Amino acid sequence: MTSTVQTTTTQVYRVYIKTSAQAIWDAITQPEWTNRYGYTGYVDYDLRPGGHYKVRPGEEFKSASEAQGNQLPEIIIEGEVLEADPPHKLVTTFKMLMDPEIANEETTRITHEIKELDGYCSLTLTHELDGAPKLAAIVGGSQEEFGAGGGHAWVLSDLKTLLETGPSFADS
Amino acid sequence: MTDDDRVFKALADPTRRFLLDRLFARDGRTLTERESEWEMTRFGVMKHLRVLEDAGLVVTRRSGREKFHFLNPVPIRLIHNRWIDKYTERQVSALADLKAQLEEQS
Repeated sequence: MTSTVQTTTTQVYRVYIKTSAQAIWDAITQPEWTNRYGYTGYVDYDLRPGGHYKVRPGEEFKSASEAQGNQLPEIIIEGEVLEADPPHKLVTTFKMLMDPEIANEETTRITHEIKELDGYCSLTLTHELDGAPKLAAIVGGSQEEFGAGGGHAWVLSDLKTLLETGPSFADS
Repeated sequence: MTDDDRVFKALADPTRRFLLDRLFARDGRTLTERESEWEMTRFGVMKHLRVLEDAGLVVTRRSGREKFHFLNPVPIRLIHNRWIDKYTERQVSALADLKAQLEEQS
């Protein structure tokens, strides 16, 4: 039997959330939601092909970074919307601008897919990370002990907790 | 069976942990189905991958004729979050590092 482990730079994450596809879509695309989980920050999407995607840091993240001696740029993540099919599919390019070395890596691509199941939804995040090894390490969660957060697994588990048990659950 | 039960059951097997280790291995988050460097039949690998997939620990993607397997760490993260909060995270991780370093030396 032939044998090789094929290498890839793509990372895939999936989480099941007891809520509607629309609630997950909103939590990904609306700034009042995105500042409440994971890395926080305010997203700004122009949800059509060719539209912009920007993330501005939230106050807490800003002051925590300044306390560590890092001045954050006005925009910390920048990309372009490639496909937007609410509330099921969102494809954007993704470039992190907080660190010049990472900003100089290749532009990456993130696909969010939301599927309705029986009383809950699956959210699958695929991050294509060709030519971006430093960003891959951060979003893969391996830099967590150095203060870089737990990457996508951390963000998605936090999102699940927020949507299933968060204070806003009652009014959604 | 709850989601947690599936995850713990999937992890309670050395072969399946080995498969996850291979998927976690640096620069290799996927493997194609026909490939196997392990002393297991393809059927055996497939059977274990199916259990891992049912537990949400492995996500599969098709690309042409190939089926790719990805390690999905989110269920493990959820278990982690259940008993390790962000305030004890640092101490737990420091002790885990200390153990790893000391055992490497001996």
